[in-house]
Amino acid sequence: MTVHAADAAPQDAASGTSKWSRAWQSHAPGYLFLLPWFIGFFGLTIGPIISSFYLSFTDFDLLTSPDWVGFANYERMFTNDRTFATSMRVTFTFVLFSVPLKLAFALAIAILLNRGMKGLPLYRAVFYLPSLLGASVAIAILWRQIFAGDGLVNQFLSIFGIVGPSWISNPNYSLWTLIVLSVWQFGSPMIIFLAGLRQIPQDMYEAASLDGASKWRQFWKITLPLLTPVVFFNAIIQTIEAFKSFTPAFIISNGTGSPINSTLFYTLYLYNEAFSYFRMGYASALAWFLLLLIACFTAFSFLTSKYWVHYDD
Amino acid sequence: MATSIQLRQIKKAYGDVQVIHGVDLTIDPGEFTVFVGPSGCGKSTLLRMIAGLEPITGGDLLIDGQRMNEVPAAKRGIAMVFQSYALYPHMSVYKNLAFGLETAKMPKAEIAQRVQKAAEILKIEPLLQRKPKQLSGGQRQRVAIGRAIVREPKIFLFDEPLSNLDAELRVAMRVEIAKLHNDLGNTMIYVTHDQVEAMTMADKIVVLRAGIIEQAGAPLDLYNDPRNLFVAGFIGSPKMNFLTTSVENNTLKTGTASVSLGRDVTGATTLGIRPEHITIADGSGVKFADVIVDLVENLGGQTVVYATTKDGQSLTIVLEGQRDVALGSTVEAYLDPAKAHIFNAEGVAISAPSR
Repeated sequence: MTVHAADAAPQDAASGTSKWSRAWQSHAPGYLFLLPWFIGFFGLTIGPIISSFYLSFTDFDLLTSPDWVGFANYERMFTNDRTFATSMRVTFTFVLFSVPLKLAFALAIAILLNRGMKGLPLYRAVFYLPSLLGASVAIAILWRQIFAGDGLVNQFLSIFGIVGPSWISNPNYSLWTLIVLSVWQFGSPMIIFLAGLRQIPQDMYEAASLDGASKWRQFWKITLPLLTPVVFFNAIIQTIEAFKSFTPAFIISNGTGSPINSTLFYTLYLYNEAFSYFRMGYASALAWFLLLLIACFTAFSFLTSKYWVHYDD
Repeated sequence: MATSIQLRQIKKAYGDVQVIHGVDLTIDPGEFTVFVGPSGCGKSTLLRMIAGLEPITGGDLLIDGQRMNEVPAAKRGIAMVFQSYALYPHMSVYKNLAFGLETAKMPKAEIAQRVQKAAEILKIEPLLQRKPKQLSGGQRQRVAIGRAIVREPKIFLFDEPLSNLDAELRVAMRVEIAKLHNDLGNTMIYVTHDQVEAMTMADKIVVLRAGIIEQAGAPLDLYNDPRNLFVAGFIGSPKMNFLTTSVENNTLKTGTASVSLGRDVTGATTLGIRPEHITIADGSGVKFADVIVDLVENLGGQTVVYATTKDGQSLTIVLEGQRDVALGSTVEAYLDPAKAHIFNAEGVAISAPSR
C-alpha cells in the first residue's frame, strides 16, 4: 500500500488541474442550463427577501432613501394599527373555514370518484379544471358577476321568489363568497386524495366487511386513519395557500377590501400599504410577520403530526 | 357442532367471461378442505364467493343447509385469513384482534377475555401492544389467524396464508394450522397452489383447473387413483413421469420396450409412473426402458436421477438412500405394474391400478 501511495502522489499533483477542467467540461452544460434559474432565484427571490428584511426596520417611501427606525414598524403593527388587526381577523376566518371545507369537499368527491366509475379520467379532469382557473383574474371577475346583486345566484333564487342580497357588497356575506370560491377550487387536493385512496389495500376493506363494519365505520376506522399522511400534506399546502390568497379578494373588492374591510385579506392590506401608500418599510414588516406566522403554523403542524398522522413505515 | 358447506352448480362470470363453470361440492362438518390448482384456476374466486366477497353468478351456496347466496359476508359465520394478512397498520395487535368484536358492540370485558384467549392459543401475548410493522412475517401471520379466532366463527377460510413466508416458517405454520384445526374442530377451507401443503394438511383435496373441479377426495386417494393426467401430474412431487405409448396385443410399447401390466390396457396412449415407483438395475418389477443418466441429485435420504429414454423422453427417478449412479451411464428402469397408471387419448385414467 505505501509503495502504491508513493507512486501515485506525483501523478495526482500533475493531474490536479486537468481533473478540475475535465469536471468543468463535463458539468458546464448542466450549470449553464441552471443559470436562468440561479439568476431568478438569487436576483428575484433571495435578494428581495433579504433586502425586505432590512427594509422592515426602516421608513421607506421609494422616493427618498430608507431611514433606520429599528422596531418601530413592528411596534406599530401590534399597538397602533386597527386595520392590521382587522386584516388578521379576516384572514384567519378565511383560513379557518376555507381549508377544512375545501379538504372535506375534495375528499368527498375523491371517494365518489374512487368507486371505479366509467369515464373517471374525464370527471377527474373536469373537477380539476377550477383549480387551474381558480386563481385567475378572469374567474374572480366571473365570480363577481355571479354573486352580484343582479347576478346569477339571485336570478336563480328569484325563481323561488327569494330576493337575495348583493352577496359581494354586503359585509355579512362578502367573505363567504370568497370562501365558496376557494372551496370550489378543490381539484388539486382531490387529485392527491384520489391517489392516496388508491394506495389503501382493498383487502383491508374486505377484512373489515367480514368483521361486519359498515361503510361509515370503515371510513372512520380505516380510510381516514390510513389517509392521514395525505390529509396532513393537503392541510399544510392548502393552509399556506389560504394565508397567501390575494387575487380573488383584490378583484372582487376592486383592491380595497370593501365592504367595510370585510374582505381585507392580510395580503391585500400588505399590497395597499406598499403600492397605494408607498409605505415600503411597513409593508416589508407585514410581509415578514406573515412569513413568521406561516412558519410557526407549519412547525406546529409538524409537531402535532406524530399524534394523529399514521405512517405505514 | 361444526358446520357443513354445500356448493350446487356454483358459477361465476365477469361480464361475458365465465371463470367458474358449475361447481358441485360437499364439505362435511369439521372437515379441512384444501382448494389447490395452478394460478387462475378459480380457487381463490371460489373461496371469495363462499366468504361473500364476490357475488355468486349462478347456483346455490348452502351453509348448514341454508341458502347463503344473498346473505352479507358478515352474517355467514365465517372468518377469513388473507394472503397479505390485511392487518390494520395503524392499530395495535390488540386493536386488530378486537376490531370485529368492537364492531359487533361486544362488552369490553368480554372482548379482553376473547383477545387474551386467542393470544394464548397463538402465543402472541407479548405482542399485543405492538403495531403490525413491528412484527415479523410469522408473527403477522399469527395475528391474522388470531383475528379470525376471536370471532369464534363457524367456518375458517384461508387464502394462501403462507405464501409470503420463508420455507422454514411455512412448514412450521403449516403444522400449527393443522394443530389449530385439531383443537378447534371447525370446518376450514384452505386455498393454496402448493400441493405439498394440500397433501399434508387436508382431509379433502379439491383439485381445480380453469374453473372446474378435476377431482376431489382424500389426499392419498388422489395420489393413488388420479382421475386424469392433470391430477396425476399435479399431485405428487417430483411429478409423475408420462411416457407416450401404444398398445399391441394388450402390451404397452414405450419406445424400445414392451411392458405387460397384466391387465386390460386397451386405448392407452400414456403410461404414468411416479418417480418413487421406479427402480433401476435390481430387476424387481417389469423393465420398461433403458435410460441414459443426465443428472443426479444426492439429497442424502434420497437420490434423484434425471434421465432420458432411448427415444428421447425424459424420466425422473427417486431412489431411496444414497446410490452411486454414474452420469452418462445407461441403466435399466423397472416399474411395479400395480403402481403404473395408464391414460387414454383424452387424458382420462383407464383403470385404477390394484393395490
